[in-house]
Amino acid sequence: MYKYDEYDHSIVAARIDEFRDQVRRRLEGHMTEDQFKPLRLMNGLYLQLHAYMLRVAVPYGTMDSRQMRMLGRIARKYDRGYGHFTTRQNIQFNWIKLADTPEILEELATVEMHAIQTSGNCIRNISSDQFAGAAADEVTDPRPWAELLRQWSTFHPEFTYLPRKFKIAVIASDTDRAAMRLHDIGIQIVKNDAGELGGRIYVGGGMGRTPMIAPLIKDFVPFADFISYLEACLRVYNRYGRRDNIYKARIKILIHELGADKYREEVEAEFQAVKQLGIDPPQAEFDRIAAHFAPPAFETGLSDAIDRSDPNFAAWVDQNVSAHKAAGYAVVTVSLKPTGGIPGDASADQIDIMADLAERFSFNELRVTHAQNIVLPHVAKHDLFRVYQMLAHAGLAEANLDLISDIIACPGLDYCSLANARSIPVAQKIAQRFADLDRQRELGELKLKISGCINACGHHHAGHIGILGVDRKGTENFQLLFGGSGAEDVSLGKITGPGFSEDGIVDAIEKATNVYLAQRDRGERFVDTYRRIGMEPFKEAIYG
Amino acid sequence: MKILTGNDLVTGDVTWWTGEGWSRHIEDAKDVGDQGDILAQVEEAARRVNTPYVIDAEATPEGPRPAHIKDRIRALGPTVRPDLTLKPADPNAGSWVI
Amino acid sequence: MVDAIRFRDDEAHDEPAVTLDSFLGQSNATAVRIEAGEDARVLLPHLDRLALVEVSFPKFRDGRGYSSGRILREAGYTGELRAQGDVLVDQIPLMRRCGFDSFAPEAPVDAAVLEASLARYSVHYQAAADSHIPVWKRRNG
Repeated sequence: MYKYDEYDHSIVAARIDEFRDQVRRRLEGHMTEDQFKPLRLMNGLYLQLHAYMLRVAVPYGTMDSRQMRMLGRIARKYDRGYGHFTTRQNIQFNWIKLADTPEILEELATVEMHAIQTSGNCIRNISSDQFAGAAADEVTDPRPWAELLRQWSTFHPEFTYLPRKFKIAVIASDTDRAAMRLHDIGIQIVKNDAGELGGRIYVGGGMGRTPMIAPLIKDFVPFADFISYLEACLRVYNRYGRRDNIYKARIKILIHELGADKYREEVEAEFQAVKQLGIDPPQAEFDRIAAHFAPPAFETGLSDAIDRSDPNFAAWVDQNVSAHKAAGYAVVTVSLKPTGGIPGDASADQIDIMADLAERFSFNELRVTHAQNIVLPHVAKHDLFRVYQMLAHAGLAEANLDLISDIIACPGLDYCSLANARSIPVAQKIAQRFADLDRQRELGELKLKISGCINACGHHHAGHIGILGVDRKGTENFQLLFGGSGAEDVSLGKITGPGFSEDGIVDAIEKATNVYLAQRDRGERFVDTYRRIGMEPFKEAIYG
Repeated sequence: MKILTGNDLVTGDVTWWTGEGWSRHIEDAKDVGDQGDILAQVEEAARRVNTPYVIDAEATPEGPRPAHIKDRIRALGPTVRPDLTLKPADPNAGSWVI
Repeated sequence: MVDAIRFRDDEAHDEPAVTLDSFLGQSNATAVRIEAGEDARVLLPHLDRLALVEVSFPKFRDGRGYSSGRILREAGYTGELRAQGDVLVDQIPLMRRCGFDSFAPEAPVDAAVLEASLARYSVHYQAAADSHIPVWKRRNG
């Protein structure tokens, strides 16, 4: 894991001092809310329905136990005993007092955490593959690249007042666990024919009001040009991105209007100028960062055998345990989706327990996933049963990863000032309807994603089944989408037709799953069957 | 009726204009008639409230009921965490929102 | 309009800045104003005769001028580079890094807050259009 040096510490400390001064000036009346708002947002502080909300950055979703415990401490001391893990691998606290925020930031800084650029029209927290450094299928660990980008984007003087927010994801395997092509910039680290690592750059993806899949802009950018090239990508956007209409201000609209070829030409021209400036860090800096992500000291000679005599444990292993690159080890995903619970929420006690488990069984490491779960990346297979038992004791052993009840849901109208409808109650009702795990397993991989408004924080466009909450004359109404995916088979969901009430949408989903069960070919997932047979059979079942 | 609401600048708590000051409880909210915008300006300038706005509400025997669900949720708290609302002891408090 | 805040030792340039169109249409102007949406690159052939470039910030949220500033400095412009408009105290340190050395904010700026803001960050991660040595260079000699 990356460890701060004196420079990192000094920058975070200066940021706290700056924010403390900004809060003081706001409270003393030297700034209007209109002036303060972009400043607090750039530090992750929102004003939501019931209180201020603070979003704390978890860079590329990686944390150690000490950091996780700090989140538990913040939840207890400054909030109401829980936190909400987000689809950008961050955590947010829902009941924060403005006057407490400088002190919270000081506490976070003691464990090398912050809230920098977790909102605002700037480059946001860099997201990545939650299995990075553990996945059997990666060409390299993408996190050194993500950390390089974290530092480059932090307080970037030119890109802090962009037309709109800007999200970057970095992965390094063909399997996409980070919705890479639904980002403003998606980067896949690949090896070229010479065996050299570099970035394959996709630009102009995103969800929101106008979802788009990012086109390929550059097939290979070597490390030596990496920062210059991204600087050029951002500069073209900063200069030409629309500022007349916030709904058309994201880079996806610019690229859609210009065309990918024209955008690429503009970037190349800018890159030729920028490349002369000497702004690319040397290989030695990359190596310094990468050394922090060296694999932990895995034991060798461990057995791959798992005692499956406990059927509940075996079911959990089948669903929530993934292949690790080291023999004798596995990747554990801890589900934060208990039936009837709030997707992504964890109590301070649960946060502490996960921190303890990471310390004892996962080389001190945890990850946050964009699907709002927690990963213990390096668990020896012979420890799996103990880990399972301790998770079960804490209500954290739901064996539902990637099943219909492993729902992504934004906070919705229960918390969010932008929302039009409540997402969480819909998620709860669906999970309860399909509570029988055997039934869920029979349905197989089924990614269900719910957003409470068009901003799509709940990734509804990328769900095999997506739900979008809208406000229909003051009443909550839910639109249904099929066929989206945020994985390597990336696609955007299509709306089925007229929307539903909260109970109506649960019925509609059940009918759709029945169509799937009746029509599927061997080995097909819900989304595969949908892609093969199209919308009509589903529509007939739902509206007929 | 028209009522005035906002969030407390320091704590972020939801607050309602009572005719004399601000209360966390919507039962205390008073009709502001056509004075809402002026009050909002004065109170915001004095930093006694953040981002105030006037909403429509229905006068009921239990007190004002906001016309829009968003403000009813603001008045009560998150419907999915009854324990964290202003009426944790009332199991039916959520039905007031819908 | 309040007095400009300058970080230059030379005398303030007193010729009024002309619009980009009139600058390009006349050969003797030495001060030009570019609006947020105008392309700073068209000035590059004329940098030698420019003593002042004023970049407009119509709203503090409009960040196009940050790129304009860097583009001019990166091309070697050494004259006065002024940020004019809705320029807030918290933005001035970033603008300094993008090469601006003069500021004409529409609303007065608190001098003490500005001084503290400019002194606050002793190091910066990335290279920009100022003289700060980026952290990666400090780390690697």
